[in-house]
This record gives sequence, C-alpha cells and structure tokens, in this order.
Amino acid sequence: MIDRYDSLIVTFTTRLLVPFIQIFALYVIAHGHFSPGGGFQGGAILAASGLLVRISLGQPVVRWFTHSRMRWLGAAGLLIFAGTGIVPLFFGSAYLDYSGLPIPFLSGAALRATGILIVEIGIAMAVLGILLTIFDHLSGWDR
Amino acid sequence: MFDDFLARYAYWLTTVLMVIGLYGMLGKRNLMKKLIGMNIFQSAIILFFIAGSVKEGATVPIIQGGHHEAIDVAAYANPLPHVLMLTAIVVSVAITGVALAFLIAMYKRHGSLEEPTILGDMQ
Amino acid sequence: MRRLPVLLVLAAFAALLIYAEGDLPDRGDVQAPANQHVSAYYIQHAEEEVETPNIVSGVLADYRGYDTLGETVVIFAAGMASLLILTRGGHR
Repeated sequence: MIDRYDSLIVTFTTRLLVPFIQIFALYVIAHGHFSPGGGFQGGAILAASGLLVRISLGQPVVRWFTHSRMRWLGAAGLLIFAGTGIVPLFFGSAYLDYSGLPIPFLSGAALRATGILIVEIGIAMAVLGILLTIFDHLSGWDR
Repeated sequence: MFDDFLARYAYWLTTVLMVIGLYGMLGKRNLMKKLIGMNIFQSAIILFFIAGSVKEGATVPIIQGGHHEAIDVAAYANPLPHVLMLTAIVVSVAITGVALAFLIAMYKRHGSLEEPTILGDMQ
Repeated sequence: MRRLPVLLVLAAFAALLIYAEGDLPDRGDVQAPANQHVSAYYIQHAEEEVETPNIVSGVLADYRGYDTLGETVVIFAAGMASLLILTRGGHR
C-alpha cells in the first residue's frame, strides 16, 4: 500500500509540476499530426501525471483521476475508437474509413485528418484509464 | 572490414541484449527476474526494428515544407517500423502489468517468488 | 552444474542470430527491401491523402487502423485481466 510521502519539497514540486505535465500531454495529443506525438504518448504522459499525484500526495488529493473512474475511461476510449470505425458503415464506406464520417464542411483528406484526431483522443483515454487501473490494482489502492 | 563493422554493429548490440534477456528468462529461478529478462528481450527486439528503419542521411518521418513539393523517399526514415514498435511498446507495458498481477497473486498464495519453493509448495 | 545447458542454448541462440544478421542489408541502406514498397508509398502519399505531416500518426490511425484497434483491445483486455486477477472475493 503506497501512501503519501511526507516531505515539503516533494509536495511542493508535485503541485508545481502536475499542471504543466498535463498541459504538455494535451499538447502532445492534439499536435500529434504535426510533431512527434499522438494518442499513446499523450495518454502515457497523462497517466504519469496521475501516478505522480498518487505516489507523492496520497489518495485524498486525487481529484479527478480516481480509481473507480479510470476503468470506465478506458472502456470509453475503446468505444470511441470502435464507434468512429462503425459510423462510416452507415454512410456507405468501409469500416474505419474516416473519409465516410458525416462531418459537414469537410471532405476527403481533411476529413481523414479529423478522423485521426478523434481516434487519437480515444486511444489516449484508453491508455490513461488502463495504465492507472493496472497501477491501482498492483499497488493495492482499490482497497 | 571496418565498413562491415559499421554496417552491422547495431544488430550485434541488440543480439547481446537479446542473449542477456534470454539468460534472465532461462537461467534465473526467481520469477521477478524472469519478468525483467522478458522486458529486456522485448526492448532488444524494439531496438532491432528501430535500427532497421534508419536510412543514411535521412531525418524523422515528418514531412517538412509545403504540400506541393516533390517528396524524396530517401530523405525520410522508414515510418513503418516506428508504427509497429509504437504498438509493441504499449503491448509490452500491458503484458508487464498482467505479469505483475500474476506475480502478486502467486506471492499471496505461496509466500515466495522462487521457482523451487513454489513448485515444492504446490506438491 | 545446472547452468551448462542454459549456456549452451544461449551460445547457440547468439550464433544463430549473428549468422542470420550477416545476410541483413547494411544499416542505413536506402535501397534495402524494407524501405522500398509500401514504406515508400506511405512517405510519398501520406501528406496528400490524409493531410498529416507526421507519417507515423497517419499510418498508425488511418492506413493501419485495424492494427491499432486490435492493439487498443489488447491493452483494454490487459487492464481487465489485472483487475480480475487481483480483485478479492468471487468463487474459490
């Protein structure tokens, strides 16, 4: 069982760093088209920020990345991915063919880029949720 | 001779890592050490593929410049091994998580992670 | 002397790998077979077909979406497996 680590330096540094880590993770996800990055990397960085809060500040401080939410977040990410694949089937395209997504004012290559962005967000949610779920169960946090 | 070495040394180094990982999996009796050996083996395979994607004088596979310029294939590293290894890294993390869960369950049941102790306990 | 068979297996493994690596194309060879067919297509067409300068993202999510979907299913299954293994209660 990992509990909070009582040290002023660790507490202060964690509180200072975690917002920047999360903003950087969102940047990595959203900017994955143009620079190194994407759903896996951004989700892993988000999970790292969650782990930092867990092992340094302790359970009462974990606000949003709580244990019971993470498994649902993982499932939701997977559903976003699979659902983005299924939607084009109803509009006459193949499975996972993003150019068949029903998004107005977009077509062709731009539509496929948008589909990639949606899918990357789903991947990031799945990776974040599953990594934190695994950590919580390994460290005995769920009890 | 030296050119041969330069063309091959990355593969040889991944071979060294693979042998270290295989030794961890075969020669150690502690299940945690076996898991660490498996992780080293996976890292060796990932490094092998990444070393195979290198092109002489090429840069990262991110298109620079505008839309309508002709794209020189030799100017960008092979993106396919990068994609495959990106998924392989995440799968290795998932495998490690499941393996650690198994190890914790086994430790709770048998009180040890040493293979002879567990085998003796099971009989 | 339980280590002797292990060392023999390791030596055979290393010898096999080093022998096989002698036939690989040189590191950094632009003309290597792995750099020719589908990889060259991705580099030349990813920008115009999916408007994604990062070829890795384009191939990961669009061209090889099935691969990534299956892989996301794998990590989801891993999370559920660790949850089920370590959750107390249930049938014994």
